[in-house]
Amino acid sequence: MSIDKKTVEDVAHLSRIELGEKELEKLSGQLEHILAFIDKLSSLNTENIAPTNHILPLNNVLRKDEPQSSLPIKKTLQNAPEKQGNSFVVPKVIE
Amino acid sequence: MKYEAVIGLEVHLHLNTRTKAFCGCSTEFGKEPNTQVCPVCLGFPGSLPVYNQAALDYAIKVALALNCRVQEYTKFDRKNYFYPDLPKNYQVSQYDLPLSVHGFLDIELNGQLKRIGITRVHMEEDAGKLIHQENASLVDFNRTGIPLLEIVSEPDINSPEEAYEYLAMLKSTIQYLDVSDCDMEKGSLRCDANISLRPAGTKILGVKTELKNMNSFKGVKDALSYEIRRQAEMLDSGEKLRQDTRLWDAKAQETIAMRTKEGAKDYRYFPEPDLPPFIIKEDKIAEIKKTIPELPKEKMQRFIKDYGLTEYVAKILVASKQGALFAEECLKKTTDKNIKSVANWIIGPLSALTSSTCAIHELNISADNLAGLVDLVENEKIISNLTGKIVLEEMCKTGKTAKAIVEEKNLAQISDSQSLNSIIEEAIKENPKSVADFKAGKANALMFLVGQVMRKSSGKANPKVVQELIRKRLANA
Amino acid sequence: MELYKLTAHELLKKIKNKETTSEQIVSDLTKRIKGVDAKVQAYVRASSSTLLAPDSKPNGIPVSIKDNICTDGYNTECCSKILQGFNPPYNATVINKIIASGNSFLGLKCNMDEFAFGSSTENSCFGPTHNPWNLDCVPGGSSGGSAAAVAADEAIWALGSDTGGSIRQPASFCGVVGLKPTYGRVSRYGLIAFASSLDQIGPLTKDVQDSAFLMNIISGYDAHDSTSINIPVSDYTKDLINDAKGLKVGIPKEYFVEGLDSEIKAIVEEAINKLKSLGAQFKEVSLPHTEYAVPVYYIIATAEASSNLARFDGVQYGLRAKAEGLVDMYKKTRQLGFGDEAKRRILLGTFALSHGYYDAYYLRALKVRTLIKQDFDNVFKDFDYIITPTSPTAAFGIGEKMDDPLKMYLSDIYTISVNLAGIPAISVPCGFTKKGLPVGLQILGKPFNEGMLLRLAYTYEQNTAWHKVKPRL
Repeated sequence: MSIDKKTVEDVAHLSRIELGEKELEKLSGQLEHILAFIDKLSSLNTENIAPTNHILPLNNVLRKDEPQSSLPIKKTLQNAPEKQGNSFVVPKVIE
Repeated sequence: MKYEAVIGLEVHLHLNTRTKAFCGCSTEFGKEPNTQVCPVCLGFPGSLPVYNQAALDYAIKVALALNCRVQEYTKFDRKNYFYPDLPKNYQVSQYDLPLSVHGFLDIELNGQLKRIGITRVHMEEDAGKLIHQENASLVDFNRTGIPLLEIVSEPDINSPEEAYEYLAMLKSTIQYLDVSDCDMEKGSLRCDANISLRPAGTKILGVKTELKNMNSFKGVKDALSYEIRRQAEMLDSGEKLRQDTRLWDAKAQETIAMRTKEGAKDYRYFPEPDLPPFIIKEDKIAEIKKTIPELPKEKMQRFIKDYGLTEYVAKILVASKQGALFAEECLKKTTDKNIKSVANWIIGPLSALTSSTCAIHELNISADNLAGLVDLVENEKIISNLTGKIVLEEMCKTGKTAKAIVEEKNLAQISDSQSLNSIIEEAIKENPKSVADFKAGKANALMFLVGQVMRKSSGKANPKVVQELIRKRLANA
Repeated sequence: MELYKLTAHELLKKIKNKETTSEQIVSDLTKRIKGVDAKVQAYVRASSSTLLAPDSKPNGIPVSIKDNICTDGYNTECCSKILQGFNPPYNATVINKIIASGNSFLGLKCNMDEFAFGSSTENSCFGPTHNPWNLDCVPGGSSGGSAAAVAADEAIWALGSDTGGSIRQPASFCGVVGLKPTYGRVSRYGLIAFASSLDQIGPLTKDVQDSAFLMNIISGYDAHDSTSINIPVSDYTKDLINDAKGLKVGIPKEYFVEGLDSEIKAIVEEAINKLKSLGAQFKEVSLPHTEYAVPVYYIIATAEASSNLARFDGVQYGLRAKAEGLVDMYKKTRQLGFGDEAKRRILLGTFALSHGYYDAYYLRALKVRTLIKQDFDNVFKDFDYIITPTSPTAAFGIGEKMDDPLKMYLSDIYTISVNLAGIPAISVPCGFTKKGLPVGLQILGKPFNEGMLLRLAYTYEQNTAWHKVKPRL
């Protein structure tokens, strides 16, 4: 399977990464090259093989419903690029 | 053309655990923004989730109460999309192996029973809250990570009324389980709807719209009614419907098309690598099943059978779990003769005294006292219905028995003719026109005279006896 | 004094004998870093970060930390512009364990490939780290800063992370010991995730004994990590036994084929002979799905990474680009903040998960991962260990592979399978090329059997002197 420029553009939008024309050109070529290599997998018959979602045989990992202390507001906001009062600020979200 | 609506509802429900789904932050409502957050629910780099045992148990409880099959193997997946209320830009949810599938909920409308299929009940986490300002939006992550259930119905609902009934029954059932407060105002229960129309009697699938932003059950009903009209008009005029997402504007009473966000096919679901799967065995299911109380539908049927109540009365009595418990206690403490009256007193005068902050079982009145009051009114005829209501209010205020209040305030009915006759004579003297009217065959005139006697006796006269006495007195005159 | 040259276990002995103090060690180390780091560039943000170990305990040895492990109060940026200025509000579990053990850590962090994406530490927004053995060569990656710091005596010991070889390959390139623990052995809480199902934190040390010491400190169950396993951890120093007699080792034929540098092959074979002479038993084995490991890895790792890195959006922390509106802010922030390799991997991973491609790529990769795991299970039925070269080549020149991402990916060909199978592995120095570059021997073991790994590595080390040779700086 190969990947064309349009697909790379779509994927870049889904990933919320802006790409310049040159960057798009370069990345499309590289991704196509990498995918050609990855396509090696398609030669394997995987029909009756269970996928490995987790390598460990763990299940039912749960914690008790017991409150722990939350972060002090100062620490929560110490990295905020923009804040107002107790809140993070983002450009207006239009629905 | 005549159309049939095909409606499916998607309900999101907060579980009332003490802590969030994946961290120990409190879930308490209404706190200062961003004060109930930690690296995990803020999605800080490096943080990892660990699921809440209570959230899993509650989820299983809901699934079982909705007659779902709980799957033995279930896992979390990531649903990927960018939005500022979603700190990781993915939501931990469930995709191809949800907690439970194939359930149903029975609803009743106009005496007809209808079974609504439930496709799945799955576990996920809630997002944060955006507060929109003129030029920016503020983000509050307190709600982020609160454990959520998504309850998806089959498109078995065919009218806004059925949708309303489904939601009411769902809410009532879940409240019986004590796993959510189901408060739409607080956002702990939210509902989206899918609706399409098809020519009545056909099985064609129409173009469906997704409706969001309904803030009450009535809002859901109104939005669906609006949408049925809108779609029908478009179809009638030969316009092509678009598959879109529309927001309900409760003020304008209309739906507005939303700018499309990422579509379902763009979510890139994949198994959440940070959370191992759950294996839910039969013994776990049996253990949780034991904690499920008698649900509203069963309780209603039992009330009808055991107490001989009508379906209408029984349905109102079982609407809330606490209310039903109180009602049943009252019914048990009443003589068979008085059962229907007690039920009517509960759904009538007593319900009138409740408020949003004080439910029926929280009123200051015990089952014994209510039974005592009804006995005074119905059996011993010591007080009238009207006086009974006044006594009931007084009982709620003071917690005293009806008998005590009646004695204290001297409210007992006057039924002996001797005491009543002098008042009746007075009333007849003062109202010659009414007397003439009565004699001329106007029945209303009698009721007027009875009313006069009641007023003169400060409501204590027994109206039935008064009526008889007046009738006799005028017949003899 | 030149305390910085010593290992942690040597220094601990000196502290115990009151021959030195923790303060002296830190001050000596500080001098060494000031002296040589301009050449090696193993640490980042030297001008703005504190060199001194915080929370220093009187008996503690400072640990150097890779820039993707969260340290409360000390910047943790994954050597990415997008995390510029990020000061985590909490400590990673391994950091808390280091503090609880009476040791300390450096506020100054080790260089790495951006988000651990790479095999050369060239993908760092702070520029490359130089290999102490040849400053024109890369130190390997992505934990190149940690490995180079240990090799250059700029660190007593260090922590790195390993997703596809990021501890072992730089250990091999820099001539130090690097251990990748079993998945689930060391808590990942506070490790900024690259690929959640593959990542593990592990030690980079001057010798095997220090590796055992550091493993004792960082291993064990953590209630904050659902993938951390709750089974007891033994005292790894008890496994430091100089005896290989009767230990059964498999040599996978798929690892000794075209692509393996002939010089490396000869050096590794010599190491195998050495172990034979010490009583270990060798036999050729097969891991038939080896050739699929790299493609499987680059699907699973990038898919998980694309999701893990979605949170870097300029809302709560790090870089935020000037923009018109929300979507524009996301897109510009991520364009500016991520380097080329990060963008490549995010796009590749997003593609592998996207509608219509999921089954052909991601799901298929998960299935082949099962086959790769089975390969190892089969061999470990009859063998205690598998031995391979750590890398098909010695350190390569800076800039040499930067224009060919695929070529760079293939330099992890011997280390990737281990992460896919979740098993532990260690790289120990086993010689030098004619050009004087170190070569690493990779020993693979059974899950949760780090002790056995340490035993064979220790035996080899005690009977060779490679780990004692130091680069001249």
